[in-house]
Amino acid sequence: MTTMAPDTGAQDTAGYEAVFDAAVAAEERIEPRDWMPDAYRATLVRQIAQHAHSEIIGMQPEANWITRAPSLRRKAILMAKVQDEAGHGLYLYSAAETLGTGRDELLDKLHSGRQKYSSIFNYPTLTWADVGAIGWLVDGAAITNQVPLCRCSYGPYARAMVRICKEESFHQRQGYELLLALSRGTEAQHAMAQDAVNRWWWPSLMMFGPPDAESSHSAQSMAWKIKRHSNDELRQRFVDICVPQAASLGLTLPDPDLRWNEERGQHDFGAIDWTEFQEVLRGNGPCNDQRIGQRRRAHEEGAWVREAAAAYAAKHGKATA
Amino acid sequence: MKSVPVTDTPAPAAEPRPATAALALGDDALVLSHRLGEWAGHAPVLEEEVALANIALDLLGQARTLLSLAGDEDELAYLREERAFRNTQLVEQPNGDFAHTIARQLYFSTYQHLLYGQLAAAEGPFAPLAGKAVKEVAYHRDHAEHWTLRLGDGTEESHARMQRGLDALWRYTGELFEPVEELPVDWSALREGWLSAVTAVVERATLTLPSGPQNGAWTAGAGRQGIHTEPFGRMLAEMQHLHRSHPGASW
Amino acid sequence: MTNADWPLWEVFVRSRRGLAHTHAGSLHAPDAEMALRNARDLYTRRSEGVSIWVVPSTAVTASSPDEKDPFFEPAADKPYRHPTFYEIPEGVRHL
Repeated sequence: MTTMAPDTGAQDTAGYEAVFDAAVAAEERIEPRDWMPDAYRATLVRQIAQHAHSEIIGMQPEANWITRAPSLRRKAILMAKVQDEAGHGLYLYSAAETLGTGRDELLDKLHSGRQKYSSIFNYPTLTWADVGAIGWLVDGAAITNQVPLCRCSYGPYARAMVRICKEESFHQRQGYELLLALSRGTEAQHAMAQDAVNRWWWPSLMMFGPPDAESSHSAQSMAWKIKRHSNDELRQRFVDICVPQAASLGLTLPDPDLRWNEERGQHDFGAIDWTEFQEVLRGNGPCNDQRIGQRRRAHEEGAWVREAAAAYAAKHGKATA
Repeated sequence: MKSVPVTDTPAPAAEPRPATAALALGDDALVLSHRLGEWAGHAPVLEEEVALANIALDLLGQARTLLSLAGDEDELAYLREERAFRNTQLVEQPNGDFAHTIARQLYFSTYQHLLYGQLAAAEGPFAPLAGKAVKEVAYHRDHAEHWTLRLGDGTEESHARMQRGLDALWRYTGELFEPVEELPVDWSALREGWLSAVTAVVERATLTLPSGPQNGAWTAGAGRQGIHTEPFGRMLAEMQHLHRSHPGASW
Repeated sequence: MTNADWPLWEVFVRSRRGLAHTHAGSLHAPDAEMALRNARDLYTRRSEGVSIWVVPSTAVTASSPDEKDPFFEPAADKPYRHPTFYEIPEGVRHL
């Protein structure tokens, strides 16, 4: 719905803010036409847009294998998964639009590099096993991040996330099953699976963002209940979940320092290479240019199609705006 | 997912498999699904990513059912050589621009809708599959018709592109009506129904029905005889490479 | 709106017969026919619906949060509209 914040005189803002704070504190949801602090709106737009962009860009590394999927069953699964990602992008752009920011504006910002997407998609999918590793590790990390977002204080975002989490439950499982088939397959297949896990493990841990001490947006987002857990907390949870899953797969996680810490009741793990993270973020990942290039090209090459449909609607009195 | 390969001796009382027809219809669905899958990540608008994937998934589902009637779906998809595929040349044509893809969709889904309508109404091994698929295909046809109207009667550019797509693919449409063994289909009625449906959409879209020949001049035949066009070999190379690199492996 | 920008539509889905259409989200489409089709692909690809409405977002008139009190509070103090308001002796059934 096209919604704008109501006009409020400066003298009213304090009153509105109190109502907003009370609603957030009481675990009520904020809805599009409610008053909200400008910074809350801006944070949400930034986060939802980045999330939507990640879904759309995230289609590319997996779509890279649709035409080469080694069985028809796997091909159907992969196509359905990549399709879901387009769908999830659309749910999220739709949530962002309730904050008064149109999809075209957000896509412009993505295409011109002013808004980001998850850095994980700047890594290439080199073998078929990478499709499995993305499902197990990348989607696994994403789900760890996303489940708490189902309780996010902003209603449309929370509702989109409920839908997305429900639909994504198959994404991680298919990845795990794919890797399991490889791990238990021929020697070459097993090696392919191990190689993929070796390459995707560390980037997956980086998906939770910088360490809490260096995370610029975290504290305010937690106070607004956009975010529920800290980066490090979620990362630790993910590591603890993955260790036994890797053992069942018969694959090793590429971290010599990974071991159970009896005292903490959690796993210790090695230091993350944050230089690589920062570099990939800055544009020096193996696929940054390629991913944005393809997205921009698809958009530009599709312009005549979008124009044609709009022209047809105008000609035939079907347009609404 | 494994069924007995077609080369094995069938069990004594087993009904003969309608292999020729299953391969013809199955390969059409398999190959077109593959081509539509190539659009993933490249569609002109995000909503269309979802729509094209839906169509590709429907077709892949049909292909799997049909190929399983003829043997093991994966052996048939991944281990046959180009000359053993029985799909029409129309479905293997590269995507081109969006108008080219829509022209291919219009020609093929109109044909498939009418064909499956007949198969669903007739007795025979394909009736159950066709009964389910005809609903899916009705939607594919609707999608193609709506886009043909919008591109044909949209802008000058889209009109020109859509006309080019229709013209370029016209020469592959004659093969669609070549009778396929074992299929209880009235082929001349199918051809007439197809021609009047396509003509109506094309005219509404302010486009011109192509007037050239609907078949190539080469007497060796076309897709149903295992004679394909050059891009098809490369498509298969891509599709089959991984599967063939690991003989006997399970996925 | 530039030529290529498609308007926004609100999508309402009836998940099964007997239930009302519920707001599912929004999408872009050049016209109502395409909006319906896009909605079918996007919001019912897991058989979530038996019927869909699409409404141009610009056609929705919403109550403003400013009116929250006059609009909704009068209803809040009419508990007699809710069945739980009434005490019924134990054992009385079918009420």
